[in-house]
Amino acid sequence: MIEQTASLASLTGDAAQKRLRRRHAAERRFRFYGIAAILFALGFLVFLFASIVSQGWSAFLQTSIQLPVYFNPAVINPSGNPKDEDELFGANFVKLAREALYKDLGVDAKNRKDRRAANQLLSRGVDVQLRDMVLRDPSIIGKTENVWLLANDNADALMKGSIDRNTPNDRRLIKDEQIAWIDTLVEASNMKTRFNTGLFINGASSSPETAGLGVALIGSFFMMITVVLLAVPLGVCAALYLEEYAPKNRIADIIEVNINNLAAVPSIVFGLLGLAVFINFLGLPRSAPLVGGLVLTLMTLPTIIITTRAAIRAVPPSIREAALGVGASKMQLIGHHVLPLSLPGILTGTIIGLVQALGETAPLLMIGMVAFVVDYPTTPLQPATGLPVQIYMWASSAERGFVERTAGATMVLLAFLIVMNSLAVYLRNRFERKW
Amino acid sequence: MSSLTILAILLLVGIAAFFIGRTRSIQVCGGKQQTLHSRPAYYGYYLAILTALPAILVLAIWSVAERPVSNYLAMRELPVKVLEGSNAQRSLTMGVVDSIATGLPKLSADEYEVVRKARLGFVTTSDARDILSKHGVVLGSDPEPTLIASAQKLASARGQSRFFLLITCFLVAAAGFAWGYRRIHPRLRSRNIVERVMRGGLFAASTVAVLTTVGIVLSVLFETIHFFQFVSPMDYFFGTVWDPRFATVGKAEGQFGLLPLLWGTMFISAVALMVAVPVGLFAAVYMSEYAGSKVRALAKPVLEILAGIPTIVYGLFALSVFGPMLRDLGFNVGLDISASSVLTAGIVMGVMIIPFVSSLSDDIINAVPQSLREASYGLGATQSETIKRVILPAALPGIVGAVLLAASRAIGETMIVVLAAGIAANLTVNPLEPVTTITVKIVSQLTGDLEFNSPQTLVAFALGLTLFVITLALNVYALYIVRRYREQYE
Repeated sequence: MIEQTASLASLTGDAAQKRLRRRHAAERRFRFYGIAAILFALGFLVFLFASIVSQGWSAFLQTSIQLPVYFNPAVINPSGNPKDEDELFGANFVKLAREALYKDLGVDAKNRKDRRAANQLLSRGVDVQLRDMVLRDPSIIGKTENVWLLANDNADALMKGSIDRNTPNDRRLIKDEQIAWIDTLVEASNMKTRFNTGLFINGASSSPETAGLGVALIGSFFMMITVVLLAVPLGVCAALYLEEYAPKNRIADIIEVNINNLAAVPSIVFGLLGLAVFINFLGLPRSAPLVGGLVLTLMTLPTIIITTRAAIRAVPPSIREAALGVGASKMQLIGHHVLPLSLPGILTGTIIGLVQALGETAPLLMIGMVAFVVDYPTTPLQPATGLPVQIYMWASSAERGFVERTAGATMVLLAFLIVMNSLAVYLRNRFERKW
Repeated sequence: MSSLTILAILLLVGIAAFFIGRTRSIQVCGGKQQTLHSRPAYYGYYLAILTALPAILVLAIWSVAERPVSNYLAMRELPVKVLEGSNAQRSLTMGVVDSIATGLPKLSADEYEVVRKARLGFVTTSDARDILSKHGVVLGSDPEPTLIASAQKLASARGQSRFFLLITCFLVAAAGFAWGYRRIHPRLRSRNIVERVMRGGLFAASTVAVLTTVGIVLSVLFETIHFFQFVSPMDYFFGTVWDPRFATVGKAEGQFGLLPLLWGTMFISAVALMVAVPVGLFAAVYMSEYAGSKVRALAKPVLEILAGIPTIVYGLFALSVFGPMLRDLGFNVGLDISASSVLTAGIVMGVMIIPFVSSLSDDIINAVPQSLREASYGLGATQSETIKRVILPAALPGIVGAVLLAASRAIGETMIVVLAAGIAANLTVNPLEPVTTITVKIVSQLTGDLEFNSPQTLVAFALGLTLFVITLALNVYALYIVRRYREQYE
């Protein structure tokens, strides 16, 4: 009796109340750690996206200057024969743009210092811009046309506010005189930032204002096509074999363990495989999207096999038995029922695999996709880069313009991934069947 | 004719054979389709398979074997001096021969004559070089006559090979077609045959994964053995200095010590795990034990997005935002933190692997039987006490497996460390200094214009093999633990 009272007291007394409070506090603390962990992940995610967007949004805008350019035949076509493409190719188009700029700004063309300062407002890419105009339509030779010409990287940075006007003149990349010119141009609305289509069209370039993702987008497209054409049939066939046919023996076990392990092999090792087998042994060209596609195919294969197997397993046995019961062969059962019913799952898995492949960089570095490619590749065997590789290359460049372009390219990549993932989620919700 | 063209033709022939076979089956049964063993389409597939499949197999094997065989033939033309030289020299010479041979078929008859004369010594070889460079074959120096002879052999071997390949393929296709066509008969069990072939195809597809593994092991192992001919394994595995000077071809100058790289890899991975394990584990516990459906609906996608972000994006973030931020932070509190410190790469990598830890741990915690929880509550334990004293100990083996899987991810991760970790190999225990990793060095040894057969590039394969073995061991062990754990509660 006495013992019982004592133990009751130990459950209701002051000491017990204190202990209980402590235990409840520990409970609250524990809960808080959980919330903190999730908030940490969320905060990091928001921080990451915010920093990339704040760095990268300006890459989608580019400053141009509108100038009345006189296509002086004496400069670009002295022979008078507009068919002479060699001459047009070698002509000094920069001079046309500069003369138009001097006239517009009222710069004394005899003053060398002023001339140089004015020249610095224009991009080095203007000669290609004007040359392409003339080659497209030689009849404009001799006429004056209003053309939007690309501004230089520094002028662009000033317009976007990333160069501070209050910095002392001698420490600023763009001088007082040039700022005054820019202000006049802006006032006459002859200079403004416009949507940067060049970012999506241009190839590699050493000056940021004319560098673009064109070649990278085409290269990534070729690689994705290769992955779809190879990884999907191979992956689906392998999954079908493992789910439907594979006997429970050593060979099936080995294949099974293999696929699981392959999914966890570091991606860079796949790059080494690609270099040793596809390039050195089979003699395929370096930097080719085909080789990149092959390497990415091997990498995404496990993902596709694993998701397809899950989709096949979800087909209810009743359907299988019904089909077999009316006399279908195993192959007919697969072709007529299993595959069509698991198609949404296979599609979702394929998209997830593609998302993985599209963002993968490391194996592509191994097979020489880090290349300075100016011209569009027309076949998957010609040199190209890929979207993530382009980001890597720009990230290693120092110019201010490349910093924003790197982040801009990252936004493009993330946009692709978000669209593809949303598609996968949509497909899953739209076609998912509960049996 | 390229292999792809031949393949396309064979496929077209196969399609034609399908229609012929189908028509033939209706013909042989005299229009009474019910007397056929299989439906007519199966006879079409049967004939198509017999026609195209053997020919495509021949094509595939031939295309793979062509290069080594023709190179061997060409190599026999080279002087003994080159053949007895080092491997590196030989492959360099073969590279020149290869590019000349690629140019030869493009030459006109006159130009070819000049090259032939150059070989025989009637004109100087620089003329031959000029002609070749006109066709896009740029040579570093004037080719020696023996090289031209070898290239001629190579070019002719290639030409002949293509010619015979074409003939063989079409003979095989024709033979298959003729045999199959004659065998079409109402009693031929064509569906069974076709299905057996299809099943074989499915099996072949499932072996691709195994072949990939074998390919990885063989290719990396082969180049690693090659590397160990230049550098002794002792120096590689136990060397403490990493300094592969870029020397001339074939010389093992510099030191190739693995230890600093291994240390750097482990150090960064350890920092990453220190971030990922607590955060991932607490997130998993909270989501599976506390969170209502609303919080779950928010938290799960957040973690999935973290897992879906490409590593290059994390790397860029570490390079351009997180590293400088950490450096400034350190500057303000009086610490000298390098922008590419262990902390930068480690923390960002840690965030990257949070989802690996949390999603697997989530599964594992959910697999702990409900009865254990209820028994604990029944004894008066609070929820957190139940988790700490009952659930986590019960789930421990599985969680260890999840952590090991995450560790193997961290060790093999490339882009974050390439962009945000250091370049110099550094044996340091200070997390504020930069270190470098195995993956960084694989990338830096293989990007750039280097001769392939130097230890400086081959070491990348030795590093790759090291990485492969470490991650494979971790994975196999982790998967084993997780599987054992699952079986325990089934």
